[in-house]
Amino acid sequence: MPKAFTPKVVTANHLLKGDVVYQTATGWTRRLAEAEVLTDEADADLRLIEASQQVDVIVGAYLADVTVENGIPKPAHFRETFRATGPGNYAHGKQVELH
Amino acid sequence: MYRYSEFDTAFLAERNAQFRAQVARRIAGNLTEDEFKPLRLMNGLYLQLHAYMLRVAIPYGTLDSAKMRKLAEIADRWDNGYGHFTTRQNIQYNWPELRDVPDMLDALAEVGMHAIQTSGNTIRNVTADHFAGAAADEIADPRPVAELLRQWSTDHPEFQFMPRKFKIAITGAPNDRAVTRAHDIGIRMVERDGQRGYEIIVGGGLGRTPMIGKVINDFLPEADLLPYLEAIVSVWNQIGRRDNKYKARIKITVHENGIDEIRRLVDARFEETRKTFSGVDQQMLREIEAQFAAPAFVQKSEAPFKDAYHTDPVFRSWADTNLTAHRTSGYKIVSISLKKHGETPGDATSDQMRLMADLAEEYAHDELRISHEQNVILPHVHVADLPALHARLKAAGLATANIGLISDIIACPGMDYCALATARSIPIAQEIATAFDDLKREHDIGQLKIKISGCINACGHHHVGHIGILGLDRAGVENYQITLGGDHTENAKVGDRVGPGFSAAEIVPAVERIVDTYLDLRASADEPFIDTYKRTGIDPFKAALYPDTRVAAE
Repeated sequence: MPKAFTPKVVTANHLLKGDVVYQTATGWTRRLAEAEVLTDEADADLRLIEASQQVDVIVGAYLADVTVENGIPKPAHFRETFRATGPGNYAHGKQVELH
Repeated sequence: MYRYSEFDTAFLAERNAQFRAQVARRIAGNLTEDEFKPLRLMNGLYLQLHAYMLRVAIPYGTLDSAKMRKLAEIADRWDNGYGHFTTRQNIQYNWPELRDVPDMLDALAEVGMHAIQTSGNTIRNVTADHFAGAAADEIADPRPVAELLRQWSTDHPEFQFMPRKFKIAITGAPNDRAVTRAHDIGIRMVERDGQRGYEIIVGGGLGRTPMIGKVINDFLPEADLLPYLEAIVSVWNQIGRRDNKYKARIKITVHENGIDEIRRLVDARFEETRKTFSGVDQQMLREIEAQFAAPAFVQKSEAPFKDAYHTDPVFRSWADTNLTAHRTSGYKIVSISLKKHGETPGDATSDQMRLMADLAEEYAHDELRISHEQNVILPHVHVADLPALHARLKAAGLATANIGLISDIIACPGMDYCALATARSIPIAQEIATAFDDLKREHDIGQLKIKISGCINACGHHHVGHIGILGLDRAGVENYQITLGGDHTENAKVGDRVGPGFSAAEIVPAVERIVDTYLDLRASADEPFIDTYKRTGIDPFKAALYPDTRVAAE
C-alpha cells in the first residue's frame, strides 16, 4: 500500500542572500509559520515545479515534511528545525531577527 | 613567507574577474544553478543550510599579521564578525551574500590569498605540520615544498576534473602532527645516509571507508617529488572509479588494486612524467626556500618567564599546557586555544583575529599558523615575552589552558551549518567541554583527543580520535556512535567502534563513563588515555558503556 501523503511545505534557499525561504500562496517568506501547507500530493508536486522555475529568486527547492498544529506548520524533522531556527551553538545568524 | 610573484597576482586577478562575471550572469538569470554550481565551487563558494559559505585556503596553515587582519576585515565587512578555522587549515565564512563574494575574493587577493580549489574534484589546499619551521624535532621546514605543491596543483590542467577531491599533507618531523596517514597523499621528509628525501604514503583517508595510507615509496629523492606526485595523481585520474562517488577516492583504488600494482603503474608513469620536468621546479623550490628563511632570533634574559612561572599559577597552568619546545634556545611555540569551554571550536571573532595579528607582529616574528586541530599557533615567541603575551590573550578570552586536553575538541560544523550533516557536532563539543570544566578534572585526565563529526564524511576526524564521536540520523533522531583508540599520529590507527550509538542526551554521560573507566584503569597518573586503552583493550570500556548488555550476557 502506498505511504499516506503527509503535509509538506516548499522550501529553498534565497539566491542572493542564501537564507532559508518557504513558499506562500503568493511568494516567499522567511517564516515557516507563514508557509503554505500542502496536503494534497498532486498539488504539492505542482507547487514544487512552480517554485523550481523561479531560478532567479531561489536555489534548490524541495518539499519538506511538516506537522500542523492549529493550522501552523512545524518542522517534522530536526534538520528542518535547524533550518527554521538557525545554528544551535549560540543565537546568531539571519534567523535571530525572526524570533 | 612566500610573496606572490607578478604571475601569481595576475593569475588571481584574472580568476577573480572571471568569477565576478559569472556571479553577475547568475544573478541576471543567464546561468542556471546547475551551470553556476561547479563554477562557484571552484572558487570555494558553497550553499549551506542557512546561507552561502566561503571557504578560504590558508596554504599550509601559514599566515602573517597582514593576512590575519584582512581575514578579520572580511568578517566585519561582509560576514558576521567572525570566522571558523577548519581541520584543513582553512577559514570558513558562514554568512556571505552572493553579490558580495567577488569583493571578498578581491580583498583576499590584496594579501595574496584565495579560495581556489577549496572545493570540487581537484587537489585541495596542501596542509602541513602547524609547527613547521619551529619544531625542535624537525628535519626540515616542509612549507617551501608545500608552496611548490600549491603552485604545481593550482589550475593544473590535467587535474581539474578528477574522480573526486584529492588531499595532500606534508610533515618535516618524525612526530606526525599533519595526519599524513589519513590523506590521499602523505609526504614525510626523511633522511637517509645524510641525504634528504621523502617517504610517500598513498591511499589514506577517513570518511565513509576509513583507511590508513600505505607507503608507496620509502625514499624518494628530493628532485623527483613533482614528477612522482604527478605520476600518482595521473594514474589515479585514469583508473580511479568514476562510476560510484563512494568508491572514487584513491584509497579505494589502492585497496582494490593493491599497493604493489599501484606502485608498478606509478613507476611506469613516472618514467614518462620525469622527462617533462627539466629541473625548473627545483630551481623554483630553491627560490621559495629563500623566502622561508628563519627569522632573526634574539637572545635575551629568560627572567621574566621564570618570575611569572613561579608567582602566577594561572600563567603556569597555561605555560605547562599550551607551550611546545622550539628548535631555538630561549624560544617556545605558543598554541592559542580556540576552544574556550562552552564556545564553538575553531571560531574566532574579528577582534580576536586582530589581537592575534598584533601579538604575532609584536612577539612572534610576524608569523601565525592555523592547526588542523582548529587552534592558532604563534610559532616563534621568546620566553621573556610570554607573561605579557599571556596577559593580553587572557583579556581577550584566548588564554584557555587546554591544548591536548579533553576540551581541546575537534568538531566539524555539523548540522548547525552544514548541508551534508546528519547530526549536530558543535553543541556536543560545547557540552563535553563544559561538563569536564565544571568539575575541574581535565588536567588530571591529561592528554585525550576527542574528535567529533556530524556525518560520515568525517571532517571532524572522528576515526582517529582517542574518543571519536560520529553523529548520525537514526529514524529522524540524532544518534552518536563512539569509537575508541583512534590515533592521528605517525602510529595512525582507526578507532574501534564500541557498539550501539547514544542519543544527544546520553552522549555526554557516555563520555564521562569512558573517562571514569580510564581513570580507574590507568597504571599511573602519567599513563595517558591512549596507552591505557592499548593495554586494556576495548572490553572494560564496553562494559562501562553497556552494563545491561554485560549482565544479560552473563
